[in-house]
Amino acid sequence: MDAKSTVAIEFVNVEFRLPEGKTLLSELNLAVERGETVMLLGRSGSGKTTSLKMINRLLRPTAGEVRVDGIPVTQWDAIKLRRGIGYAIQDVGLFPHYTVRENVALVPRLEQWDRGKIARRVEEVLTLVSLPSAEFADRYPHELSGGQRQRVGLARALAADPLILLMDEPFGALDPITRAELQREFKKLQEKLGKTVVFVTHDVGEALLLGNRIALMEDGKLRGVYRPEEFLDTADAAVQAYVDVFRAGQQMFRNKQLTEDLR
Amino acid sequence: MNFLLTHQHEVATLTAEHLWLVSISMLLAIAVGVPLGILLTRRPKWKALVLGSTNVVQTIPSLALFGLLLPLPWLGASAERLAIVALALYALLPIVRNTYVGIAGISAPVREAAVAMGLTSGQLLWKVELPLALPVMLSGIRVAAVITIGVATIAAAIGAGGLGEFIFRGIAMVDNGVILAGAIPAALMALVADLSLSGVEKLLVRNRQ
Repeated sequence: MDAKSTVAIEFVNVEFRLPEGKTLLSELNLAVERGETVMLLGRSGSGKTTSLKMINRLLRPTAGEVRVDGIPVTQWDAIKLRRGIGYAIQDVGLFPHYTVRENVALVPRLEQWDRGKIARRVEEVLTLVSLPSAEFADRYPHELSGGQRQRVGLARALAADPLILLMDEPFGALDPITRAELQREFKKLQEKLGKTVVFVTHDVGEALLLGNRIALMEDGKLRGVYRPEEFLDTADAAVQAYVDVFRAGQQMFRNKQLTEDLR
Repeated sequence: MNFLLTHQHEVATLTAEHLWLVSISMLLAIAVGVPLGILLTRRPKWKALVLGSTNVVQTIPSLALFGLLLPLPWLGASAERLAIVALALYALLPIVRNTYVGIAGISAPVREAAVAMGLTSGQLLWKVELPLALPVMLSGIRVAAVITIGVATIAAAIGAGGLGEFIFRGIAMVDNGVILAGAIPAALMALVADLSLSGVEKLLVRNRQ
């Protein structure tokens, strides 16, 4: 690995076209620095997930290049690349026939860590996501709530201590309270662990809260990359639309608080 | 009933023969059917052809299938060999179909997570696909076993032995007692196979959603 470069992930003129000819993504140029969290923000169909899946080679660009640690992903051994990248998705995808412990331990086991180290690591990551292993390690996924499942998904993604985390709307299916809870915890976790994170979301509030930078995507193109404070102040009309929605939501919330306070 | 009791020894021998025919043909069908089912999940284009042809085999009346295979050079030489191959062909459809359905039915996020975590295709198969598909595969094997136990009674028509011997003899003698001496153990065998395999299935499903 090239430790000198500060860039962890790089998209160079990336294009993705379906075999039928529809272009889902074009002219994507983006560099993700080590240790930063980049939020891919946009509507459904804007190309966020497509971009994400090209990082761990679930999809291959039809033109251009995606590089991880300076090496084009096409030159990586796919298995090695993926084992070094944590992946958490909205549907979690826990293995229903494995307990929480077995789910979390899978990649370390495949990487042939010794038993003691795996056991310690499982304890450690379950603690990180606030699931005491004494209570949760031996449960099956169907015995968990949605929020708990997502925590296990996150623990599993972190298990082999990857430098990169890819997250695709991981909190999107949770109720608002659980979601806010997990967002706060993830933010703390991220401050502590300093992973390189690429995080797909359509939630402006989430993007502002969790991102060091926000990459706004529209119709398969990168519209711009902004720091959260820039995002709120920019004159760009496309960004403005998102900010307006966000502010309207906040306003509604305040009004509701106000009316409730008056009662 | 009387006949059953007076011919205990013969009943036991024919039951053992029957069980042997069924076991060997089931093993053969599983050995061919499971890999074939897995192959279909990797090459979905072959699905219509493979499931279609195994389906056609099942529509051939069993007596006719035994007869049709008889003139084949290697197969026709031994009645037992022929019976085993014919029975395995009958058992193939539910095994292939359920292996395919069981694996294809695994939820997309589970498969995606497994691939994204860096499982090789072999690890995906052994650690995720087969364990998750196992209950569905087993129910295919159960159906196949019950069919095979029934169809194996016809194998006696070509001299391959088994409990069909009694049934054909009873028909010729117009003696219901003799027919039942073949039919009752065969029915019991099917029942036991059905119950025990569905028991295993339930055990496997217990820890899943």
